[in-house]
Formats: sequence, C-alpha cells, structure tokens
Amino acid sequence: MSKFNKNDNKYIISYAIIMTLVFGSVLAVVALALKPKQDAEVLLEKQNFILKAALGEKAMSTMSDEQITALYNETVKTVVVKADGVRVETEEASINVFKEYKKPKDVRELPVYKVYDQTDSSKIKAYVFPVYGKGLWDFIWGYVAVEADLKTLGGLVLDHKGETPGLGARITEQEVQNRFIGKEIFNANGELDAPHFQKGEGNTYEGAHKVDGLSGATITAKGVNNMLDDYLAMYKTFIKAQK
Amino acid sequence: MSTETIEKANDQIAEVKKPSEPLFSKKRRQLLSNPLDEDNPITIQVLGICSALAVTVALKPTFVMAVAVTAVLVLANVVISALRNTIPNRIRIIVQLVVVASLVAIVDQVLKAYSYDIWKELSVFIGLIITNCIVMGRLEAFALGNKPWDAFLDGLGNSFGYAWIILAIAFFRELFGSGKLFGFQVMPDGYIGNGVMMSPAGACLLLGVLIWIVRSRSGYVED
Repeated sequence: MSKFNKNDNKYIISYAIIMTLVFGSVLAVVALALKPKQDAEVLLEKQNFILKAALGEKAMSTMSDEQITALYNETVKTVVVKADGVRVETEEASINVFKEYKKPKDVRELPVYKVYDQTDSSKIKAYVFPVYGKGLWDFIWGYVAVEADLKTLGGLVLDHKGETPGLGARITEQEVQNRFIGKEIFNANGELDAPHFQKGEGNTYEGAHKVDGLSGATITAKGVNNMLDDYLAMYKTFIKAQK
Repeated sequence: MSTETIEKANDQIAEVKKPSEPLFSKKRRQLLSNPLDEDNPITIQVLGICSALAVTVALKPTFVMAVAVTAVLVLANVVISALRNTIPNRIRIIVQLVVVASLVAIVDQVLKAYSYDIWKELSVFIGLIITNCIVMGRLEAFALGNKPWDAFLDGLGNSFGYAWIILAIAFFRELFGSGKLFGFQVMPDGYIGNGVMMSPAGACLLLGVLIWIVRSRSGYVED
C-alpha cells in the first residue's frame, strides 16, 4: 500500500497542484518550441495566397514551399496606405489585417502587394489587396488581385474560418474563385462597381460585374460582396492614384 | 538471520511469484482484436459518433483524425494507467480530463506546425477529441484498473476500431460525394457528386448501414 492516504484532502490538493504544474509546463514548452514553425506556415500561406491571386492557381500548383518564398521575395514589393491614399511608413510585416479590420475605416492601415513581372522587373503584373469581412458564422478573408490596367480583376483567393462545409465553405474552391477572374471593378463612368455574386447558381451573366452565385450560401456570398465593396472603396484612392 | 535462511526465503518468494504473462498472450491479443469487431466502439458501443459524422467528408482529413485519436487515446491510456495507483478517486475524472486535454493541445500544436492545411480543416474537431466518449470511456473502464502495457494495447485496439469505421465511411462519402479517393479523381469525367454524401446526413445514413451490417454479422442485440 502507498504510504499516503489517497482520500486525505492534503494529498488531493497537492496532487492537483503538482499535476497542473507538470502538464502546464509541458504544454508551455511544446507551444514555445513549435511557435517558429507555426509562424513560418502562416507566413507561407500568406505568400502563397498573394501569388495565387496575382498569377493564377495553375502557375502555383507545382511549386514547392521554397520556390514560393523565393518567388515572393523576388517579385513582391509592399507599400502601406490609408483609405485616403496616403502612404504610411509602417512595416507591412507588422500589420495584422484582422486587427486593422476592427478599427474605424479611416484609420486602418492597408497593405498593398505589388507583384512584378518575373522576367521584366520594372513591369507590374498585378496589385494584390487583402480583404476581410464577415460570412455567415465567422470571419472570411482573402486577397484580390487587380491587373496592371487597374480595372480588371485578375484573381481572387478566399478563405474562411467556419462557413458551412459544402455550402458557404465552397468559397475556397478554385472553380468558385475563378468566376471572378476577368470581371471589372469600375463601371463605364469610373465609379467603383465591384463584381458581385448574384442570387441562384448555374446562370451565365453578361457584363463585367455579375458573378454566378452560390446556391445555399446566400449569406456567405453576400459577405463576400460586402467585403469586396468595403475594401475596394478604401483602396479606391490608391488605385486611382496609380493611373 | 543467517544468509542461508534469507536465500531460502528468497526461493520461496520466487516460487510464489507467478510467471509474468507473455507480451502477446491470448488475452492481450484480444485486447487488440475485440474492439475491431465484436466490441467496436462505434458500431457496438455507439461512441464517438459526432466526429464520425463530421470529419468523414474526405479520406485525407479522416486519416489525420484517426491518427490524432490514436495518439491521444494510446498516450492517455498509458499515462493514466501508469498513474492509476496515485490518482485520488475523488478527482479522477479531473485528472483524466487534464491528461486528455493536454495531449489534445499538443496534437493540435504539432498539426498546426507540420500539417497546416489539414489543421485548418480539422482544428475544431481536434479540440473535440477531448470530449470524444471513446477516450474517456477507455480511461474509466480500462486504464484505471490495468497495467500500462495492457492499457497501451487496449488503446491501440480501440483507436483502430474507431479508425477503420471512419475510414470506411470516408471512403464511400468521398467516392460518391466528389468522385475522388485521397483527392485523386477515380470516377469518370462528368460524374456529378452526390450532395447528400457531402453533408453529415449522408454520413449518418452510411453509418446506420454499416452498424446494421456489422451487427447482423455478429448477431449483437442491444439489451
């Protein structure tokens, strides 16, 4: 028999305290040890999304992680602006789009990723703008690539936290994201008119501003529409100033 | 006491001591094999249904989930079994929860670092392993009363029992739902995925059929 009385309150309390300390320290050590690798994964995903928006999914699908980082470092330059188009000196790496999303629109700091042509480094291939919004259950976000003509949408990458699988979560599908490619963000009068998901699915739309919708995911689709409206409105001054 | 008597006493102790059970005795092999079929946690005990319905849309995440549950269940079983003589009875559920929750947190962190895409898909369900009845059930029913090696085998057997069921469901859901297996197209081009298979309702139907088949084979009837 153990020399301790296992039903003694002192034993139980010290057992609980020691157990908490042991497991707590193990967890802390594991979390600390894995943090750099996790941060690297998050950064890699961001680079992948930005390049995918600008260059298309096909160009990216065969690339290894190292190639993605190398290409990103070679062809992407960043600037940070505010909604009035004024550049600010904040480092892009220090900006968390989610934290900025919670601030009022006129003080938000907005990163812009200029993706240059790989063969001709003076030629801009696309501008990539991060966007953030609300879906049905939780936040949705993504990257919008606007081509060098500053009106054609070259690509869109969307991601989400908790949309319904098979319905709203379909915004991460390549086929759904491809529906936006080639659409335009300004109308004939030069006013902002971001492409929108329409109601219903399986229709083909004329014109450069309507996108086939998501059946069964109306609220997520509206979330994407609002997200594009909100953020392109904030980036509008910057976009116009590039012409 | 002379040395002679001590030796004698030692001899007697050695005689009384039972020979230790072989590493893979019949009883121990059954610990591994029973949960696969006759005492399956899903089809017979109907535990762990939540994740069996939720994560089985495709084979790849299901496989990772099976590995995660195996890691958590085996390690938790061994840890609890090793501590079983020290755990105060009054707080044993809390101790079990702390062990399981810590292991789940570690699995979650490791997946986030080394399999980020799958972590994004599974993270909610990884967290829910803590409440997976199979884990708590095995700790209460087995690990608290058995030696670590037996608990290890029991954990392995039950996780494999869980794993083959969810992999079987995922196989049919991915095949008929999206025409793929492990992400590779296997159905002919132009195959239109079956929407029911993509939703948890499809998993519920499949699981029902599977339970029916397994139980009619073994002749198991609920009391």
